[in-house]
Amino acid sequence: MRQTTDTLTRPVSGADEARVSRRALLKVGATAAGGLALAVALPSWSMADGSDSGAVLNAFVRIEPDGRVRLTMPSVEMGQGVYTSLSMLLAEELEVKLDQIEVEHAPPNDALYANPFLHLQATGLSASIRGFWLPLRRAGAAARLMLIAAAARRWKVDPAACTVKDGVVLHPSGARSLPYRDLLRSAAESEPPALDRIKLKEQGQFSLIGTSPKRLEAPDKISGRTQFGIDVMLPGLKVAAIAISPVLGGRPKAVNQSAALAIKGVHQVVAVDEAVAVVADHMGAAKKGLEAAAIQWDDGPNASIDSKKLVEQLKKASESPGVVARNEGHFEQAFSGAARRLDAVYELPFLAHAAMEPMNCTVHYRKDICEIWVGTQQPTVTQAAVATLTGMPKEAIVIHNQYLGGGFGRRLEPDGTLLAVKIAKQIDGPVKVIWSREEDIQHDVYRPYYYDRISAGLDEAGRPIAWHHRVCGSSVVARFSPPLFKNGLDFDAIEGAAEPPYAIPNILVEYVRAEPPGITTGFWRGVGPVHNVFIVESFMDELASAARQDPVEFRRNLLVHNPRALAVLNLAVQKAGWGQPMPPGKGRGVSLQFAFGSYLSQVAEVAVDEKGNVRVERIVCAVDCGLPVNPKMIDAQIQSGTIFGLTAALRGAITIKAGRVEQGNFDSYPPLRIDETPPIETHIVASTADPGGLGEAATAAVAPAVTNAIFAATGRRIRRLPIQPA
Amino acid sequence: MTYALKINGKSHTVDVDGETPLLWVLRDVLKMTGTKFGCGMALCGACTVHIDGAATRSCITTVDSVGEAAVTTIEAIGETPAGRNVQRAWLDHDVVQCGYCQSGQIMAAAALLASNPRPTDSEINDAMSGNVCRCGTYNRIRAAIKYASEGGR
Repeated sequence: MRQTTDTLTRPVSGADEARVSRRALLKVGATAAGGLALAVALPSWSMADGSDSGAVLNAFVRIEPDGRVRLTMPSVEMGQGVYTSLSMLLAEELEVKLDQIEVEHAPPNDALYANPFLHLQATGLSASIRGFWLPLRRAGAAARLMLIAAAARRWKVDPAACTVKDGVVLHPSGARSLPYRDLLRSAAESEPPALDRIKLKEQGQFSLIGTSPKRLEAPDKISGRTQFGIDVMLPGLKVAAIAISPVLGGRPKAVNQSAALAIKGVHQVVAVDEAVAVVADHMGAAKKGLEAAAIQWDDGPNASIDSKKLVEQLKKASESPGVVARNEGHFEQAFSGAARRLDAVYELPFLAHAAMEPMNCTVHYRKDICEIWVGTQQPTVTQAAVATLTGMPKEAIVIHNQYLGGGFGRRLEPDGTLLAVKIAKQIDGPVKVIWSREEDIQHDVYRPYYYDRISAGLDEAGRPIAWHHRVCGSSVVARFSPPLFKNGLDFDAIEGAAEPPYAIPNILVEYVRAEPPGITTGFWRGVGPVHNVFIVESFMDELASAARQDPVEFRRNLLVHNPRALAVLNLAVQKAGWGQPMPPGKGRGVSLQFAFGSYLSQVAEVAVDEKGNVRVERIVCAVDCGLPVNPKMIDAQIQSGTIFGLTAALRGAITIKAGRVEQGNFDSYPPLRIDETPPIETHIVASTADPGGLGEAATAAVAPAVTNAIFAATGRRIRRLPIQPA
Repeated sequence: MTYALKINGKSHTVDVDGETPLLWVLRDVLKMTGTKFGCGMALCGACTVHIDGAATRSCITTVDSVGEAAVTTIEAIGETPAGRNVQRAWLDHDVVQCGYCQSGQIMAAAALLASNPRPTDSEINDAMSGNVCRCGTYNRIRAAIKYASEGGR
């Protein structure tokens, strides 16, 4: 295999320049079937020591002799549409039709499939397009150039005079042509082009990027053919229903094995540290067996945990100073000299993810191999965790990733796989462990509870001259990736707080880490911004009100330096008809954010009845996510993120009593339904900037737009989510 | 106990307890995985099938209650006129995201249109509000049902 090395002249995204390595590599060779294999990779990066581990190459593009283009997908498909959008990046430069591309789930391998933006084979942080925007286009362009060169050699013509369309190279005369499949061998034997010579298309030359082709996997998804993790079938497969200790850290004390085994179809009862599994021919029998097992629990040390007490602990912790995330100017001095001072406390609840596909994992554990079928956002982290658990080498942990029936951050966590492996170790043959909806909600890894304090001072003219935000909650980063938790600062917990889009002099942002016992917290769609944008944008509204200014005008005055933020704000309010009168009981609210590399502004219209019940009647969203790769997918993600955030804002809350999560199914943790869903309009700002992320942005933007609208309608300020009727 | 079930026009004999939910018979015994498990309590609609044409939550339908009735699942809904229209409308309107709930959504929509070819917004709400989608595809579901109800015009 031959390779060339060069230096990327620009990072994958401006937002994270420092963490993206600049060197890129190209590798070319033949596939087993005699096709062309090609890879462009940014060097991988070890999270543990921050070092550049160098020249390991991936192999995510192969063109087979039958003309099919196979793309080994480094990101997982969980509804956000990356299987289509990432394929578009490749097809655009390779000059093939989108439907010529066949997608495969990638096996775990950070060196081969790490997202260059995350430095890890992970799908999250709205980073797939940002991470693969350059590598996939470069891969496509390099292959195209080599195939054209092969044709030109055969014809003895200047490659620059050849053209290419839909996988066919055209002779300069236009009279002859060669399909890619006839050029693969010659291309595979040739020198790859130097990466710095690969000229990617200019934006005006795109024929696929910027259009909205159908999702590649949609036909399978509308006919029940898509295989999710829960659908895996293997010869001799048994299924297992589980009960996990209702209190974190508890263990099974007594299990009525014989009663469970007496149920027709039940084969085995397995107890592991924190759970009991009943293994059967089918889930109906397994669930019946689990009930018959009448498990008694030793609750362990967390049986008195109560979320009211946890909130008291957070409140106390929030009273002390934290680690400084940003400190510019002199907050104290400016605040004490302000003409008007405001203080507020904002609270956000624990939240479960509740993906439609309940947690599940299929494992076949044998002496020297542990084979796993699961839909995971982090295959390598999962593989490493299983290796640690079993003592097997990583190579013996084979993970077959699957389509995900929703992720939202839940499937970043390896806990469900580890539990399934512990169960499978005691079973002869493969077993599919499926969590009930109650287990899924009661044993989630929850979005942290936040108890934040925020203060600001206004000058005589009503301009903010001092701003202090103290974030207080558990650190997901410290648990999830300890090396990235530096100097006591959780970069995620403060995202959206430390850098609000506004020009405010004298700004102090702190982080207080306070870990509530008896509950594990994790990433949840929208991550840091979903909590901070609610607080910042609500408080901006409070300041506007105190300054007796229109909330939009108030924000505009602080955005002179930030034209992209100002543009989305202006577009959203214009499309929403901001300023037009509303009937009594109705109101409009606005929010603005920069998060995941994208600018977003939302206007919500709400109606509040006499009892204080809130109905959201319309959402208007303006977004500048850089160059729009697939506008319909952007619209879908805006709708999706908005509805996910709206569910949480209106009624999402996980509470704990006697160590037990009080919610269990969709009756007590109720998602938004079709009859409550407002019309959601998306307006996309034309942009030529590199694409930003969008899977999570609208989730963060919607809560403050709605609560600010409630304030406009009623004068009632919501400082604690979920929104309760008055 | 054995039960003879008529599923998608074919006869299947299964040997399970009578109270076994139809959902698990379809998925685990007959290996027809298009019908999904979401909640087990008829709260989300992911498991929706048709029993004699009526949208039914298979997670709370015991196998002994099915009797001679004709069961239709997502695997065969495209063979009915309403099902075919709905699936085409789903593609035309780019409804799906993760896709996990969509079998149930499509079964609910097909049952609605088979019995009510021109549903109003409020009739769509009544028929579809039992089906949860955490990706939030609801507005496209509504648009697709209207499109299908107008015969794809």
